[in-house]
Amino acid sequence: MKTVNHHRPHARVAAMSLLLLMLAAPPAWSAMLFVTNERGNTVTVLDSTTLKTIKTIPTGQRPRGIVAGPQGKWVYVCVGDSNRIDVIDVAKLAVTRQLPSGADPELLAVSNDGGRVYIANEDNAQVTVLDSMTGKLLAEIPVGSEPEGMRVSPNNQITAATSEGSSLVHFIDNKTLKLDATVLVGARPRVVTFTPDGRYVWASSEVGGTVSVIDVGTHQVVQTISFAIPGMRAEFIQPVDITMSKDGSQAFVALGPANHVAVVNTKTYKVSDYIVVGQRPWHMALSTDGSKLYVVNGFTNDVTVVDATSLKPEVSVNVGRLPWGIAVVP
Amino acid sequence: MRRGIATVVAAVLASTLAAAGSATPARKPASKPSASASAAKSSDVVTHYAYLGKAYREPAPLSLLKPAVIPDEGLAGVRLGTNDNNLAGQFLGLKFVLDETMVPEDGDVVAAAKKLLASGQHLVIADLNAPDLLAVADLPEAKGAIILNIRARDDVLRQTQCRPDVFHLIPSDAMLTDALAQYLVWKKWTRWFLVRGQHPADVEYANDITRSAKLYGAKIVAERAYELQTGARRVDTGYQEIQTQMPMLTRGVPDYDVAFVADETNSFGLYLQYRTTDPRPVVGTDGLEATAWGAAYESYAAETLHDDFLKLANREITVRDYEGWLAASLLDMAVKQGNARTVDAIRKYISSDDLKLAGYKGEGMNFRAWDNQLRQPILLMDQLSLVSISPQPGFLHPVYDTDTLGFDQPQSLCKFSK
Repeated sequence: MKTVNHHRPHARVAAMSLLLLMLAAPPAWSAMLFVTNERGNTVTVLDSTTLKTIKTIPTGQRPRGIVAGPQGKWVYVCVGDSNRIDVIDVAKLAVTRQLPSGADPELLAVSNDGGRVYIANEDNAQVTVLDSMTGKLLAEIPVGSEPEGMRVSPNNQITAATSEGSSLVHFIDNKTLKLDATVLVGARPRVVTFTPDGRYVWASSEVGGTVSVIDVGTHQVVQTISFAIPGMRAEFIQPVDITMSKDGSQAFVALGPANHVAVVNTKTYKVSDYIVVGQRPWHMALSTDGSKLYVVNGFTNDVTVVDATSLKPEVSVNVGRLPWGIAVVP
Repeated sequence: MRRGIATVVAAVLASTLAAAGSATPARKPASKPSASASAAKSSDVVTHYAYLGKAYREPAPLSLLKPAVIPDEGLAGVRLGTNDNNLAGQFLGLKFVLDETMVPEDGDVVAAAKKLLASGQHLVIADLNAPDLLAVADLPEAKGAIILNIRARDDVLRQTQCRPDVFHLIPSDAMLTDALAQYLVWKKWTRWFLVRGQHPADVEYANDITRSAKLYGAKIVAERAYELQTGARRVDTGYQEIQTQMPMLTRGVPDYDVAFVADETNSFGLYLQYRTTDPRPVVGTDGLEATAWGAAYESYAAETLHDDFLKLANREITVRDYEGWLAASLLDMAVKQGNARTVDAIRKYISSDDLKLAGYKGEGMNFRAWDNQLRQPILLMDQLSLVSISPQPGFLHPVYDTDTLGFDQPQSLCKFSK
């Protein structure tokens, strides 16, 4: 428990305080959930325990990709139509600074030390790398068309990026900031994520309807995972976000207009379950302890909380208009 | 019949050719990125395809905001698609070369097509009207070629005059009127006043409106033809004449919900809006239009296509430009995802039900086996915004909901027998 503000007192402070203060504030072990509302030009901040809105933060135009820095001090928001990154100061729950992202940022990743941001410029076929504090431009890396998915490897050495229009996954060497390899996957890849051991990258293909598993060492696609929900048209199964369970044994895949999240065994690559959520789930996040999966539903303007053990949806909470991405700050 | 595309195949890639024609994306070797997108290396797999268009004399749109003539309409979309193909291709050792043929207004399309086919081009993106399209498809030397129709919406090309080598990317008129009909029925605006022009294309479109009305239980309360000839679109004080003409055309009609206009030649449709005797919305070829694409459409990352197109062509994208881009994208997909290296392998890939062509419509799209028409959601747009996308909720189909639009298999009159 390190980040505190007047809404969320430190545990010991809370313990010393009396009932009055406890009524006014959620428990200190609560996390905060930051949800971008693409249509609303806001970020909704939810308390993870009460699931009440703590604050609605105005941002630039069209907030989509959102990532929390590793220290939980900053939350980075791509505001594509404003061609910049808005940076939320978690202590103040307000946008306090901005980064020059280049054209139309859609998604970004933060390096594990928090020092760099890697930004997908959807409209410009490049990845922009910036110093996360000074905004200094470190590199502009040409990739395929419509870059979107962006993730830094657990060891901080590699960044994986998708180009949605070109159906490619690019591997960027974080030392040289140059492309190391490029791999073809199914049509319109949107999100990449590393397995916790860093050995594999999973990439979702929204129109291809599949998830490709790429061996990071050989840059080969070693597995292509398909989905089938009884009674659901194949063309509605459009995988977007992929979130690994804390122990890495399961992957959750949000299936967009199919209104389900698939649960995939990461050893066997078999789909073990399909969880019903709201309409058009795209992005997701895991709670800090890994016990809850938060699923953002674009069409129903809400977030579904799923128990990550029982795989049961528990409750859905309203947020802003056309919610898109989510970041969890402990 | 097997025909080779003009390809240079690298030794490195030769081992992957065994999978050519596979309908599912084959596993590909990773490649080191090349330094430049422009220069084809000897190791690249090169795919050639052709654009064949004609500078038809066409009526100018009535709106003065729309250009009267767009010389590179359709072609610019193919160029953008080719750029996109090469942008991705540089990372994978794939190169795409576009051969452009624009026949002048008084030129001979068939002669141009013969020349193309003789030069080994068997992948043809056809920006042609229906008679020219059929004349090209029926050439003996075109047998076994792949002709991608990006322009002709004529129903007959999907019905009695269908051809096995012609694949229709652009939706048929029947798909468009069905898309509108579903929305109007969903709105419970089921009493239609049909207003059509005199051109044969207007009559065809009016027939489609009637067909859709029957299919979806709407009622055509009256049908009228606009008798006056098209004049110059730009005249001093022209609005007074129109202001009196349109009420004359639309008065004394039984009560209706929408004026459904069939004006394929831009004679008067735009002028109906706000000028009908009764205050009613206008739908059809003007007002609320059904279309495969519109410059104001932005869903599913569509605005990236608009932006890229604007940078390339310095103008708004049109439906034909979109279809041209989609045609190039289809060929790219067959070569890249399907590992197809021959015309026959490309045909096999694009004919498969497993095809998932991405066209900024959310879902992957494939072709109807019975008439080679691309299944697709249809946009309903006014001039400035997207209103809806059909199929509408509740219009269901046992296999593909998009098959509620246009000619479904039971209604198909297409026979592909040689």
